[in-house]
Amino acid sequence: MSSKELSAETPVRIDRSLCKACGICIAFCPKQVLEADEGAIAVVAHPEECIRCRMCELRCPDFAVTVRGDRGG
Amino acid sequence: MNDKLKAYFRTDHLPHIWCPGCGNGIVTAAIVRAIDDLGWSKDDTVFVSGIGCSSRAPGYLDFNTLHTTHGRALVFATGVKVARPDLNVIVITGDGDASAIGGNHLIHAARRNIDITTICFNNNIYGMTGGQYSPLSPTDSFASTAPYGNADRTFDLCRLVEAAGASYVARGTTYHVTPLTNMIRRGLEKKGFSFVEAMTACPVYFGRRNKLPTGVDLLNWQRDNAVPVSRAAKMEPEELAGKIVIGTFLDVEMPEYTETYERLLKEHAADRSGE
Ligand SMILES: Cc1ncc(C[n+]2csc(CCOP(=O)(O)OP(=O)(O)O)c2C)c(N)n1
Ligand code: SF4
Ligand code: SF4
Ligand code: SF4
Repeated sequence: MSSKELSAETPVRIDRSLCKACGICIAFCPKQVLEADEGAIAVVAHPEECIRCRMCELRCPDFAVTVRGDRGG
Repeated sequence: MNDKLKAYFRTDHLPHIWCPGCGNGIVTAAIVRAIDDLGWSKDDTVFVSGIGCSSRAPGYLDFNTLHTTHGRALVFATGVKVARPDLNVIVITGDGDASAIGGNHLIHAARRNIDITTICFNNNIYGMTGGQYSPLSPTDSFASTAPYGNADRTFDLCRLVEAAGASYVARGTTYHVTPLTNMIRRGLEKKGFSFVEAMTACPVYFGRRNKLPTGVDLLNWQRDNAVPVSRAAKMEPEELAGKIVIGTFLDVEMPEYTETYERLLKEHAADRSGE
């Protein structure tokens, strides 16, 4: 499945036009939900593992991550 | 971008100019979230900044914004607040901007206890001009102007501002982003001078010269070296060398400058009308 297809159903969305490939969201996700693509842009690889802790969104320096729904929801 | 955030940004100016992994965006978003929590209107809020990478933040924010000269943000902000005490005034300043060229203004804004919230983006370096050491660069750290290590002692700006007379003083980090947001919100709410030092990351000029070349390295560095203020109180100065003490240092109520000024004007209204 491509990340685009996934984004419709996952709680996490990465805005590729804003992502600068810093790796912060990937490094600090407690559930290894995110991975880097060939260009080091973050992709949502394991959406089913996401606990919606929002740390990826809060620590993204480029406002590129959106976590939908409430914590633990 | 999160819709909630989007409402506060000049989205046509994004992506921002900051380097990959630069922490400035993390602090900027934390400020916006704190404002959103408080429900402040954009029209009643003014951002004032000096010069530096961090001082570019207001350019991305869809509020009343004033990008001034290096070190002088608090001077412009004081003018805004005195003329319009009804407005919420927030200063964004770099560690160099706040502590070197603007250090004297910081002291006196705190001494007056004027109702301005100052968020100091501390990346331990002069980012914009190519990585010269700042008064907040750690002792022995490397900078373009300190190739053998920084000989200076590091300035504890929170202690300075506390001693000068502020009402609220706290330090947070971009790693500990939720507590940082809460500190900013508390500082915004506080009537009086508030100072929040936000430890942020400059991977390009501070990190690269100090074996922490990425934003991830610098966040790990913050995580591994942060000591809560309660624990720091029980530690010896030698144990605290190189540590980042985080938490709230001061939270008090004191007479605020524009209110005192207003009172004087009222008390002397008769004298003034006779002029
Ligand atoms: C009067 C004056 N002196 C010097 C400069 C050059 N200058 C621009 S930004 C800066 C320092 C930036 O460091 P800091 O305030 O820590 O902000 P950062 O870029 O790291 O966010 C200096 C020295 C200037 N613009 N104006
Ligand atoms: S933290 Fe933001 S900019 Fe960095 S890789 Fe993740 S989405 Fe991209
Ligand atoms: S919300 Fe938490 S668990 Fe989900 S992707 Fe982001 S950091 Fe990982
Ligand atoms: S030079 Fe440093 S402070 Fe300036 S944008 Fe780049 S990483 Fe951020």
